[in-house]
Amino acid sequence: MAKLSRDDVLKLARLARLELSDAEIEEYQDELSQILDYVQQLQQVDTAGLKPTNQVTGLVNVMRDDEITDYGYAPRQLLDNVAEVEADQIKVKRMVE
Amino acid sequence: MSWEPIDELVTAVKAGRISAVELVERSLKAIDENQSYHAIISVLKDNALTRARQIDQAVKNGEDLGVLAGVPFIAKDNFLVYGSDTTAASNILRGFAAPYQSSAINRLEAAGAICVAKANLDAFAHGASTENSDFFVTFNPHDKTRVPGGSSGGSAAAVALGMAPFALGTDTGGSIRQPASFCGVFGLKPTYGLVSRSGVVAMGSSLDCIGPLTNSAKDAAIVLDVISGRDKLDATTIDKDTAGYANTEASLLKGIKIGVVKEYMGDGVNDEVKLSIKRTIDSLAERGADIIEISLPSLPLALACYYIIAPAEVSSNLSRYDGVRYGYRDTEAPDLFDSYTKSRGHGFGKEAKRRIMIGTYVLSSGYYDAYYKKAQTVRTKLINEFSAAFDAVDYLAGPVFPTTAFKIGENVKNPLAMYLSDVMTVAANLAGVPSLSLPIAQDSHNLPIGLQLMAPQQRDRELLGLAMAVEELVK
Repeated sequence: MAKLSRDDVLKLARLARLELSDAEIEEYQDELSQILDYVQQLQQVDTAGLKPTNQVTGLVNVMRDDEITDYGYAPRQLLDNVAEVEADQIKVKRMVE
Repeated sequence: MSWEPIDELVTAVKAGRISAVELVERSLKAIDENQSYHAIISVLKDNALTRARQIDQAVKNGEDLGVLAGVPFIAKDNFLVYGSDTTAASNILRGFAAPYQSSAINRLEAAGAICVAKANLDAFAHGASTENSDFFVTFNPHDKTRVPGGSSGGSAAAVALGMAPFALGTDTGGSIRQPASFCGVFGLKPTYGLVSRSGVVAMGSSLDCIGPLTNSAKDAAIVLDVISGRDKLDATTIDKDTAGYANTEASLLKGIKIGVVKEYMGDGVNDEVKLSIKRTIDSLAERGADIIEISLPSLPLALACYYIIAPAEVSSNLSRYDGVRYGYRDTEAPDLFDSYTKSRGHGFGKEAKRRIMIGTYVLSSGYYDAYYKKAQTVRTKLINEFSAAFDAVDYLAGPVFPTTAFKIGENVKNPLAMYLSDVMTVAANLAGVPSLSLPIAQDSHNLPIGLQLMAPQQRDRELLGLAMAVEELVK
């Protein structure tokens, strides 16, 4: 596989919502290319007739009653971990112009 | 300093011969004296002593006490524990106060165990050395210039240093077994789904398992018995063995079939490691075990399979760290998009970002089928080979890692080389089978060597029984 370009890495970073420094972009161009090259060996494997594995427990549709359970914490406690709070609401930057 | 077996400690607490406060103080003292190993991120001194006093009072009142009454333990810092920050050793979660507690910790506390500290790890459990911790590197208890393994390196080092009789770890691709092997302690990755992951920072959800690091198989069995079984807060959980695990006894070796994995005994494995494994296998044969060479032809593919599936799940699980509801937020960003990219770009360490990027690539439109779906299908092939192997033998055996503990800094420059060394541990996670590491010998540098044993899904009890038998052999 050809080495990932700077634009390839920037596109991935945008999809992943990551700001990267120029040094990081260069590093990831090399490292990600190496790693992707390595995992590409799977393309040669014959998997005809096999289905993909999504989970290994064999459990199917585990159901429970849709009930309110008290876990003993107040909404206020959850807000304690929020960086910016106003009037007991989570504050974020404007998303609609 | 080493601890007595857990059942003896509990008997002594219940009989009033030793107090829970004394046990907690002993634990806190060992933590304090071994600070230079950097195994611990935070100590829960006040909480632990308060709980210990409550247990001692309950003893005096003649109350019915749990099976772990007064036993101190250490949790990897990706378990949510009341009264402590849960950082996952990452800057993005620095200062995160757990608003609820993980199910495993709840069950341990209900049984009377006392969490005394939170242990270091590779940030978000991404790594095999603790060198990816955003805070500091933990030193190997047997040689301070070497890594303790990872990602549960702090937990393994803590047990090896006698900071507590047991610790909890998580294992997504070897993160309990490999540090157990490097630090010379016992480490169990149970069957996938046997222990609830509720309240544990998620890494790769189809692979993540929780398990104990201890001084013996017996101690691991006692802890597993408490933390295992269905939990309505984790829909992937399964029932525990009807006989439980606590009363597991060493299995009789005569006539049991042990498969030695051919692909794990090849050229890439250090000679001293290979020789120790062979010696242990030979002595199992002398006691009447039937030793059979087993080949799982797809095992060499397990690593490529893992390094697609795990990063894919990582990129999905770590998307929740967006700086909005918890975790680090860059408050200077001009708009919401930049707030995401800056919070995540600055908050995540290099390895987390690397895995998020790989995961994003293999899941992105146009590559999904070629990478992710292909890896899931190869996973099926591997699982089928495990099933066939377990038709022929009761257990599989091999090394845990190609070498003993490596030097700090030795592998950091080459992430791919670091990934490649996980080759012997990832398959058990892909197949969801129980697997453990137990110390069998030391190499010429006095570094511990671990033996890896695997069993079919839900044969955790039998696997622990075999481990007890091996422990007696190598004693």
